[in-house]
Amino acid sequence: MMTNPALASPARASDRQRRLLTLARSFGNRAVSVAATLLGLAALTFFIGHLLPLDPVIAVLGPNATHDAYVAMYKQLGLDQPLWKQFAVYLGHIVQFDFGNALTTGRPVVTDIARVFPATLELASVAILIGTGIGIPAGVLSAMYRGSPLDHIVRFVGLLGYSTPHFWLGLMGLSLFYATLGWIGGPGRIDTMYELDLEPRTGFYLIDAALTGDLALFKDVFGHIVLPASILGFTALTYISRMTRSFMIEQLGQEYVVTARVKGLSWARTVWVHAFRNVAVQVVTVVALSYAFLLEGAVLTETVFAWPGFGRYLTNALLAGDMNAVVGCTILIGVIFIGINIVCDLLYRVFDPRTR
Amino acid sequence: MADITRPSSLSAWLREPIPTSSWQARAQQLWLSWRALRSNPSVMFGGTVILAVALLAIFAPLVATHDIYAQDLSIRLQKPSAAHWLGTDELGRDVYSRLVFGARITLYIAGLTAIIAAPIGLMVGTTAGYIGGWVDTVLMRIVDVFLAFPSLILALAFVAALGPGIENAIIAISLAAWPPIARLARAETLSIRKSDYIAAVRLQKASSLRIIFNHIMPMCIPSVIVRVTLNMAAIILTAAGLGFLGLGAQPPSPEWGTMLSSAREFIFTNGTIAAIPGTAILLVSLAFNLLGDGLRDMMDPRHG
Repeated sequence: MMTNPALASPARASDRQRRLLTLARSFGNRAVSVAATLLGLAALTFFIGHLLPLDPVIAVLGPNATHDAYVAMYKQLGLDQPLWKQFAVYLGHIVQFDFGNALTTGRPVVTDIARVFPATLELASVAILIGTGIGIPAGVLSAMYRGSPLDHIVRFVGLLGYSTPHFWLGLMGLSLFYATLGWIGGPGRIDTMYELDLEPRTGFYLIDAALTGDLALFKDVFGHIVLPASILGFTALTYISRMTRSFMIEQLGQEYVVTARVKGLSWARTVWVHAFRNVAVQVVTVVALSYAFLLEGAVLTETVFAWPGFGRYLTNALLAGDMNAVVGCTILIGVIFIGINIVCDLLYRVFDPRTR
Repeated sequence: MADITRPSSLSAWLREPIPTSSWQARAQQLWLSWRALRSNPSVMFGGTVILAVALLAIFAPLVATHDIYAQDLSIRLQKPSAAHWLGTDELGRDVYSRLVFGARITLYIAGLTAIIAAPIGLMVGTTAGYIGGWVDTVLMRIVDVFLAFPSLILALAFVAALGPGIENAIIAISLAAWPPIARLARAETLSIRKSDYIAAVRLQKASSLRIIFNHIMPMCIPSVIVRVTLNMAAIILTAAGLGFLGLGAQPPSPEWGTMLSSAREFIFTNGTIAAIPGTAILLVSLAFNLLGDGLRDMMDPRHG
């Protein structure tokens, strides 16, 4: 607003200071809100863990425990303490990532999760590659040719993706491609006959198998991951293409697009170079969020495919009533979600000047 | 008087430019919305499927051909035939009849969840939005915590704590379903609270409670209904997922997810018994998605 050039530069300097201050304050607010959310997360999981109608003492000792043993364990678990004290102790434990031992395996929950997580990470990563590779172009093309048959197909496939029970798709896929056609490997990550050939280095079987240079082994691993990853990728794809489409439609209605066209730029160049660049940050955050949502999809998909990952671990814990493992997994997923949201938020602030 | 002005036919009565009674005005409004609905293919398709499934569910005992619990191991895993239209399952029970009764359970879960979650979300959202300040902060923080989990994970954790079963599944899904509604209602409230009519009511010294209940909530209801319709699809999928994992409705209940769970062992030999309940789930959830999408487009053409 300053028109006098002599006054312009000091004004700009104080402007910059003010902007830094607002930025710092907004980061501060953000940090407080994240801390509050994490505390709420702890409270919610504590509530879930203590809502259990199962007696936690009996869960540890079994139904045949003597009265003395029962009382001792009751004290040892801190159940005689007031609720707020129990919560404080609980908070202290989870800050140190101590979720107790899993009843089903007898090992610390954190160790268990660290063991099973790479399998899920590999599955989700392949899935997100499929989802992004198809979803983004599909969304952009659908916005480019809005109202065309292609657009209708993309939208309908998206709607199907939102309406399909994916675990059922897994069952049908196994029945068709594995049992009937024999094109792919069955449940699990790898055939038992290859299991000893694979030296786990990265935890990603595809990479490990490629490192051995054994083509048959790699084929086997690929045959096992391709169907569950495609099905999970389909969930990601529907979300990514739908969001990309609506971002692009918004951009293509802007005046600069018309200007670019008037100046003689081709439609494809206008869309991909000019408009797409403006939605890139939004699309990246959508991809990040759908990556997090794959964790949810993994629970059912892994159960169907007997995939030895995080989702199946959680399911087994649920069925066994193993609350330590359930709470540990729930907290982990919550933290991953909050973390990805923060990363998305930061991405916006850093790369999108409009949010500053 | 009324006899002189009353037009001859019903459609003319509905089309009359100046309604002569409030009853006629209301009927005209209804007729107009019905015409708008009819011209929207998504709404018509989704609505028809849901209506058909609802009718099937209501008249299940009349429509079903067999006793859904009657086992006959001599005819297990049969392909569709004249006696068993969709074949038989692993215990020789009629799949078609079970599917029809399963529609009851699916609609029961979806309906009850909506009845529990929508009012909670509406109340939390409008209160937070209207009162603002620390009430808003606290309530929205709670919503954020719930939204920090994917809904299936949250439902799973609650079911684990409450124990498996259909009622607990409904509670768990409702607990996971109210936060997005609260957020939506809050956003609506924030734009409504600035309007002149709210200021007018406030000048008349109406209490906050009265303003929220009588003047803000009714304005939020249309968008909440659309949101809930869209959520129905997700609710049905979550319920089926819980049933499939063995944490929702328990066998021998003909809940579709539970049917899938028991069909799972036989997918390598007989694909149809798994295909049928899955298709039913897909169809109903697709119908809710189409209905919700169509309603949203009608109410807010910008999203088109």
